[in-house]
Amino acid sequence: MSNNASIHEAHHPGPKTFIIVWIALTVLAALTVYIAQFHFGDWNVVVAMVIASVKATIVALYFMHLKYEDKLTWVYALYPLFLLFLLISSTIMDVFTRVPTIH
Amino acid sequence: MDSTVASHAEEHHELDPVVEYESSKLGMWLFLGTEILLFGGLFAAYAIYRARYPEMFAEQHRELDVWFGTINTFILLFSSFTMAMAVWSIQKGKQTRTVIFMLITIICGLAFGINKYFEYAEDFHKHLYPQTSIFYALYYLMTGLHMIHVFVGLTILSVITYLTHKGKFNENYNTPIEVGGLYWHLVDVIWIYLFPLLYLIA
Repeated sequence: MSNNASIHEAHHPGPKTFIIVWIALTVLAALTVYIAQFHFGDWNVVVAMVIASVKATIVALYFMHLKYEDKLTWVYALYPLFLLFLLISSTIMDVFTRVPTIH
Repeated sequence: MDSTVASHAEEHHELDPVVEYESSKLGMWLFLGTEILLFGGLFAAYAIYRARYPEMFAEQHRELDVWFGTINTFILLFSSFTMAMAVWSIQKGKQTRTVIFMLITIICGLAFGINKYFEYAEDFHKHLYPQTSIFYALYYLMTGLHMIHVFVGLTILSVITYLTHKGKFNENYNTPIEVGGLYWHLVDVIWIYLFPLLYLIA
């Protein structure tokens, strides 16, 4: 049991970190709403997805403690993202390169 | 094996606490991976149709009220913060404080659901239904599936809060709170992507 406690003690960030992270997330959320008013064509979705990914990364690293986890947990966290990347990227490539044949 | 040895082993079937803690957490991360891929299928469908009908998506999404989505984004971000604080509190052995942070998290989750209820009501009032367009089919499917996850999360959090109140967790044993928290954060992460994709198409 004492070992278990020492695991908890050793790695976890405190309220100060969580407050900073929460403020950062709130600012980024406000920023993405603000930026959406401007029109950059195709770049809008890129900017929105970059901001969303920064937010998701911050949540995973600090709120989900991923920053303090071992390598195996990182593999478990990143491997589905790799599969997701394959799924989305191959889907998008297919859509943009497919020549419509029947109309 | 001698029967007394077998019963002894059964009695002490629990793993080394550290191993038990690590494997519970790893199990949750594995489950979160399947959740990401579950939503991933819908994100892929979204990518296909948005690439194919960009004007339709840009036009259709304007009917949505950005304020509902924005308020819910802030609510979920705050609930993730209070969830992280709950985990931290129990790791310090402060049970009452943990219960308070858990209750705030639950209230935020309920507020999210109530807000979403009013939003759906307004959508229906505007005659926006799943069959209105592919955009709205995806909107209802993605937000609906997410909403189910919010309710599952609320159920888990309620049980954990009750158990914390009963004094089941302390600084030495709090794995369910930490693992339940991971699930709640994932619900937040999914909304982080749903919000700009559905509400903020320029």
